[in-house]
Amino acid sequence: MRTGFRLGAVVVSVLLAIAVPASASEMPKRGGTLTYMIPADAPPSFDGHQEGTFAMLHATAPFYSTLIRVNPENPSSPTDFVCDLCTEVPQPAGEGDTYIFKLRPGVKFHDGTPLTAADVAASWNKIISPPEGVLSPRSNWFMMVDKVEAPDPSTVVFRLKFATSAFLPALADPFAFIYKKETLDRDPQWYKKNILGSGPFKFVAYETGQSITGVRNPDYYHPGLPYLDGFTGIFADKQATRLDAIRSDRAAAEFRGLPPSARDELTGALGDRIVAQESDWNCGSMVIINHKRKPFDDVRVRRALTLGIDRWQGAPALSKIANIRTVGGIVFPGSPLAATKEELQQIAGFWPDIEKSRAEARRLLKEAGAEGLSFELLNRNVDQPYKYVGTWLVDQWSKVGLNVTQRVVPTGPLLEAQRSGNFAVNSGANCHGVVNPLLDIQFFLPASVGIANYGQYEDEKEIALYNRMLRETDPSKQRALMREFEKYVVDTEAHQLWVAWWYRIIPHRSYLKGWKISPSHFINQDLATVWLDK
Amino acid sequence: MYRYIISRILLVFPTLIGAAALVFLLMRLVPGDICLVRLGSGGTSFTQQALATCHAEIGIDRPWILQFFDFIWGMARLDFGKSMWSGKPVIMEIATRFPISLEVAIMATIIAVVIAIPLGTISALKQNTWIDLVVRTFSIAGLATPAFWLGIVSILIVLDVTQAVFGHPWMPPIDYVPLWQDPIRNLSIVMLPALTIGYRYAAVSMRMTRSAMLEVLREDYIRTARAKGLVRRLIINRHALKNALLPVVTVIGIEFAFLLGGLVVTEQVFNLNGIGRLMVLSVQNQDYTLTQALVMVVVTIAVLSNLVVDLFYAWLDPRIRLA
Repeated sequence: MRTGFRLGAVVVSVLLAIAVPASASEMPKRGGTLTYMIPADAPPSFDGHQEGTFAMLHATAPFYSTLIRVNPENPSSPTDFVCDLCTEVPQPAGEGDTYIFKLRPGVKFHDGTPLTAADVAASWNKIISPPEGVLSPRSNWFMMVDKVEAPDPSTVVFRLKFATSAFLPALADPFAFIYKKETLDRDPQWYKKNILGSGPFKFVAYETGQSITGVRNPDYYHPGLPYLDGFTGIFADKQATRLDAIRSDRAAAEFRGLPPSARDELTGALGDRIVAQESDWNCGSMVIINHKRKPFDDVRVRRALTLGIDRWQGAPALSKIANIRTVGGIVFPGSPLAATKEELQQIAGFWPDIEKSRAEARRLLKEAGAEGLSFELLNRNVDQPYKYVGTWLVDQWSKVGLNVTQRVVPTGPLLEAQRSGNFAVNSGANCHGVVNPLLDIQFFLPASVGIANYGQYEDEKEIALYNRMLRETDPSKQRALMREFEKYVVDTEAHQLWVAWWYRIIPHRSYLKGWKISPSHFINQDLATVWLDK
Repeated sequence: MYRYIISRILLVFPTLIGAAALVFLLMRLVPGDICLVRLGSGGTSFTQQALATCHAEIGIDRPWILQFFDFIWGMARLDFGKSMWSGKPVIMEIATRFPISLEVAIMATIIAVVIAIPLGTISALKQNTWIDLVVRTFSIAGLATPAFWLGIVSILIVLDVTQAVFGHPWMPPIDYVPLWQDPIRNLSIVMLPALTIGYRYAAVSMRMTRSAMLEVLREDYIRTARAKGLVRRLIINRHALKNALLPVVTVIGIEFAFLLGGLVVTEQVFNLNGIGRLMVLSVQNQDYTLTQALVMVVVTIAVLSNLVVDLFYAWLDPRIRLA
């Protein structure tokens, strides 16, 4: 039955197969310079350990190495991890709490100095336990790590506090660049303004807020790579500019994601000179409910909100105009931990019969004394897909008698309202890089342990359930716990509502080869395998 | 005259301090802060500790009053501090962008002057003829058309026309190079935005030239010149146009000052990394130091151009300086 629900993933694979014909059988050509658009303004800094924006990654990932990574030949798989700097992805030793990595010999930083285990350990220690005054926004992903050691120049050992299957995917974090220990010891902030890695390209120039340039690293440790002589990334936050640039061949692609209309515009204008790769996106739209605002402290009202939404009809309709497509639970649809369609249809809000669902919503609202309830839906002032989803939600809730008005605000005020609890209901999003469901669902944990839950609630039972799941290493038991957790947070308690998964569309010039779409705009951006067929 | 000049110059300082206080306060009244935007805008999660570290790093955890005194003291020393977003000195951030905005402003001004003065003059001389009607329609269209819309449309027209003619859509490069590095590439980048902005700018100046010319042409001294038997060309060039240009020059000066910081949307449309785009970015990111500095730069330019205009008027018209 799970196969049935994987229909979305199968469709994506078929689309990919059609979109990228015979890419595997083509012989890569060497040379050329790739120009691509970075759909953002300049990042705050170049330090991957300190930043969370793709603008930084799309500009600097080609300069750096990571210890392990998502397989660049198979990036759509949520479970395929391969070595970058290591020689083999290790099986856990001890009681599943020790990982010993052997490093490739002969790897050098771009200044010619050798990269050793000490550099890897120093980089990871900076991420996991940053020095005073140094940011590390993702340090919480590594709460399972006890220490990182470098017993000899070619060995790195991660000792965990407890065994968990969340560790390896977390280790493939594309932001986890390997820096020089000597430099970090001297100034842990040095990498904010400087670039020195060991990746496929060497840094050449950065024009503030305008572009970044790199050239091939002739000493790159993956034989034969990279294929390109160099690249230029151009920052442009306006979609129209990026589309015009791709259309006029000033740039070959952008790698974040464009709406369906943009894909259609480009393919309409350029025909077979444009190829579109598409994938489910490890980002999704959700509804955050402030439990401290009445009547949303009443679980009946929260359940009515989710029951009023027709996801099965709405997501396909939205997919025609917005970056939304697949209906799924709280786990990325391609993951082994994701719910099947049948499992999902047992959860409130995902029932197959929308009339039955809405009747139950009206009954719950009446029982809670919240018939005809009026409230404000706070939303982010971003078109794709926030405003589309927000407008659709307003319409969906009107069908169960709710009077909802939407208020869109810029990012800063939105985040402030979320953190201070100055909202009733918020149409938000949850976005991740490497598919790692055990960490991705931290958004649903109460604020005392979760880092970005703005629902203003506490729930000991939920935390206990999560901790059991995090430490469970048996896949089938873990999956069962995930079902229990999912049912609990989005149905039984309806703490927050999951709406639908985003859909990533990358139209690019057909001469751009070797780049494969992944479920995240954060991963597979080092450009080592990219080549130009012209 | 000197007392007038000194009093006008002294008025600049309270104006600047008032503007500084206003921008400082307004920026902080907007909910949220730069750390939230930096850490959370991608929809990703971050720790409370990361947020606190970020606040401490850029100093916005300190009381407002201390931040304000730092800002004013820095301003007095022409040191606006570092951008909270990039960590680079604000002066450097502005200096990187200023030449692009300046170049576009100069080119747009040249285009505007070249279009506006001849057409405005002809329109006045041919008042109520079909020529006047065409010129007025052209100028009203320029006033009514937003520059950013014209920019978007002009790019699309270039793309569509080149695709139809050559089979491959073409547009100017989007990665800026300075004029002295590659003049042709630079001009091909800057020409379209300069034309787009110059059109609106020309429309304003054209209207002003026409009305000023019409007014001057009815003056007694023009009638006297005609009665003296002066040739028409001399009357227009030496007596009428010269006097009519005074308000036009004022408009051109003020518009030029506006262009140096006001091309907020147009720079976005053409992906020009200028002062206007930097302003949008700094406000979006809630980068207090950079926004404050940019507003102060724009205010200073506006205040100084007003000062120059005031002094210019005083020099021209003794009634002002003696009042």
